[in-house]
Amino acid sequence: MHRLYVLPTLIINIVIIAIPALMTVMLAFFEWDGISDPIFVGLDNFRTLWDDSVFWTALTNNVVWTIIFLIVPITMGLLAATMMLVARRSANFFQVIYFLPVIIATAITGRVWQGMIYSPVTGITGLLQRYGIDVANPLTETSSALYGIAVVDLWHWWGFLCVIFFAALRQVPSEQIEAARVEGATFFQTIRYVLLPGIMPTITLMMIMTVIWSFLVFDFVYILTQGGPAYSSEVLSTFAYRSAFYDLAVGKAAAISVVISLFGLAATVVYIRVQAREFDQ
Amino acid sequence: MNMTESRLTQWMVHITLAVLLIITLFPIALMVLNAVKPSAEIVQNPLAWPTHLRWDNFTRAWSDANFGRTLFNSAVLTAMTIVLVCATGSLTAYVLARRKIKTWKILTFYLLASTTAPIQLFLFPLYFGFARFGLINNPIAVAFIYTAVYSPFAIMLLRTYFLAVPKELEEAALIDGATHWQVFTRVFLPIVSPGILTVALIIGLYSWNEFLIATTFLQGQDQLTAVVSFFLLSGQYASDWGVIMAAALIIVLPIVVLFVLLQRRFIDGMAGGSVKG
Repeated sequence: MHRLYVLPTLIINIVIIAIPALMTVMLAFFEWDGISDPIFVGLDNFRTLWDDSVFWTALTNNVVWTIIFLIVPITMGLLAATMMLVARRSANFFQVIYFLPVIIATAITGRVWQGMIYSPVTGITGLLQRYGIDVANPLTETSSALYGIAVVDLWHWWGFLCVIFFAALRQVPSEQIEAARVEGATFFQTIRYVLLPGIMPTITLMMIMTVIWSFLVFDFVYILTQGGPAYSSEVLSTFAYRSAFYDLAVGKAAAISVVISLFGLAATVVYIRVQAREFDQ
Repeated sequence: MNMTESRLTQWMVHITLAVLLIITLFPIALMVLNAVKPSAEIVQNPLAWPTHLRWDNFTRAWSDANFGRTLFNSAVLTAMTIVLVCATGSLTAYVLARRKIKTWKILTFYLLASTTAPIQLFLFPLYFGFARFGLINNPIAVAFIYTAVYSPFAIMLLRTYFLAVPKELEEAALIDGATHWQVFTRVFLPIVSPGILTVALIIGLYSWNEFLIATTFLQGQDQLTAVVSFFLLSGQYASDWGVIMAAALIIVLPIVVLFVLLQRRFIDGMAGGSVKG
């Protein structure tokens, strides 16, 4: 029975992901400290969240994050990828360099930015201050902490999109591009009317994934600010993590996880539709 | 595809690409430069060239981050994950690539859905469940978590390699009386081995760099991974940033060397799931 070959994958996946995920959904309706018996509390966890200003800050931050990441890295990636088509001979060199931040561990990227760039003591910010330029460490201001983190994640992330868009652009049929050029289209007209429509499926997929990933963002927030100062850079995932492991309010954490998943779910449905169509070929 | 452009466009393009190049390399350059500087010089000017190269940053980083132990832990965890993902993933990809029966669609949907499931959706019950069974600080348990999280991606990638194997080869072997296991090991595995190597590289990269799960499930001093040990070291107050950057370089360097040597595999593999064709 060779069909049983799927069993190892399936068992591991169900034990590690599916069962705990179902338990999370159930736990959202319980009060639990992780050790003693859970107590059923109905919708109390969600009611507490509704009245919790930190929850609303975190949710807003996730939405802001999504908007930033739908615009900035996708634009940067598309811009660089189309330009790499022109700079064909050096394209591979640029591609490899742009991809470097993707392969560096988030913990390391976070610390390098924190210590070498943002820090007023050891970083570029401090150096500029000594030259009399008025810059502050964005991570320590409530108004800018989230954006300070977003910049780090952007630096880490955009190269991935660039490489993906470049791979897609190379598959646009060259006859289409030549036809456009013969008819006198300029470089930017070619981009606008031939190249962008040509890779639209890839752009759509990356936008869906951006929405999903934006609600999962954890590493850089946890590493750089732990959600601070004064919860100003808190996102749902760090809020859930803190609730579960610092406050031992596992039920509340589960409720937050359910909220994250609901946002992800909408995007996931679209994602599966798009992917499944491709899967059928 | 080729685009020949006017001189002006060529200039604009190269300048833009160069600016993006500088933005990308600047933080990395800061890391390398300050890894060989004493703390006092970093405070003075992080951009300045070191007056003398301070190599003992590396020996101090090695002992402060307990790299003798933690790099070994990371290597073992990464190796276990690679073996688990490749073994279970290629078995599943073999079935998924060959059977066009409707019921397999459900499995595919399930796997696709689980790639987008937030870690927080299963993290908390998993942690407290593992705690009950004494599986915290157990690298084998963590390798299984990584396997669950990464194998859907691996399967989708492997499936394209399995699809490329000619059907005739499989049919001929089956007619000659080979079992499915023999077809899988003798016919398929040799042909799809480049795909397995690509998957191994990418999964290796992911598990080497992984932070959230490692920091949650491996907290014992003797079980820390290199990345988590680095995170804890660099979080201490009054730390020496020269030493921290040296520690960062120790973790990053093997990955970067491997990446530059095998760039095509990394880039094509990571982009593989996302681009049609």
